[in-house]
Amino acid sequence: MVAPASRLRLLLPLGIFVALVVLLGVGLTLNPREVPSPLIGKRAPAFSLPQLRAPEKSFSPAEMAGKVWVLNVWASWCPPCLQEHPYITELAAMKIAPVVGLNYKDDPQDALGWLTRHGDPFLLSASDLKGQIGIDYGVYGVPETYVIDQRGVIRYKKIGPVTAETLQKKIVPLIEELRRG
Amino acid sequence: MAREARALATMLALCLALGAQAKEAAPAAEDPALESRVTALASELRCLVCQNQSIAESNAALAVDLRNQVREQLRAGKSEAQIVDYMVERYGDFVLFRPRFKASTLALWLGPLLLLAVGLALLFRRVARRRRAGEAELSEAEHARAARLLEAGGDKEPR
Repeated sequence: MVAPASRLRLLLPLGIFVALVVLLGVGLTLNPREVPSPLIGKRAPAFSLPQLRAPEKSFSPAEMAGKVWVLNVWASWCPPCLQEHPYITELAAMKIAPVVGLNYKDDPQDALGWLTRHGDPFLLSASDLKGQIGIDYGVYGVPETYVIDQRGVIRYKKIGPVTAETLQKKIVPLIEELRRG
Repeated sequence: MAREARALATMLALCLALGAQAKEAAPAAEDPALESRVTALASELRCLVCQNQSIAESNAALAVDLRNQVREQLRAGKSEAQIVDYMVERYGDFVLFRPRFKASTLALWLGPLLLLAVGLALLFRRVARRRRAGEAELSEAEHARAARLLEAGGDKEPR
């Protein structure tokens, strides 16, 4: 028979193996697309862009000071934007925070057509024709959604389509919390 | 499973959506020295759309935009370090293929060295112990017992 102490020692490789499997298992279930944004907790980058529906007018985030608001980056060429469209519409209909669209690298005619076909949940959309403002906001996977607080600080960023779950569990509770101040 | 499949489909759609917008890279032509600096820097930066490519290799629309960004900023006289800062400010440390050495990356940089050191220490300890055990001299009584055992075939030792 093996003494208890050395039996433990024999189990050690098994223990290490199990620990490794758990570590790798957790790693595999993480979503590599969800890169923590360095912009969370920082001021939303300033910009001034023409409005999609009224190009002679401009929009700048400074106009939203004092309000909790949502910036949704979308494009008519982006299928996942259509996928999240019902939830963005639902959020806008709640009227707890204005939802501003950032129309990213899109043709304004295509964008307007898309809004006509699927409905326009946005207070307004700003046209980022060249994607320069997208770069400032660290956009890399349209759609992206930002929740910005009264002081203009980005509090949350969702990369990829908003789902019913993200809307109910993250975005709405966060907006309500921020509104309470 | 269905969730994973959907996530995968979404990712593919994202890649395709951004990929579909990709245009041919701007002609490298006019300034080869600048262009080689652009490529050198771009190959250090991860393309976040198709994550295992650098922005030098990827033809996703965003990679093309970021290459242009790198080119314009170099042309404007910015240093490589300033441009890397610009990218990190927007996309985070994740854009760097070689992460910076700082508090949050200590484990990343030093972990393997630490593991190596621990492994070597254990190995040395073991070897040293074995050597000591090997060198241990037998006492006279032990010699006698060993001889007896060898002679008797080993199983006759009185217990």
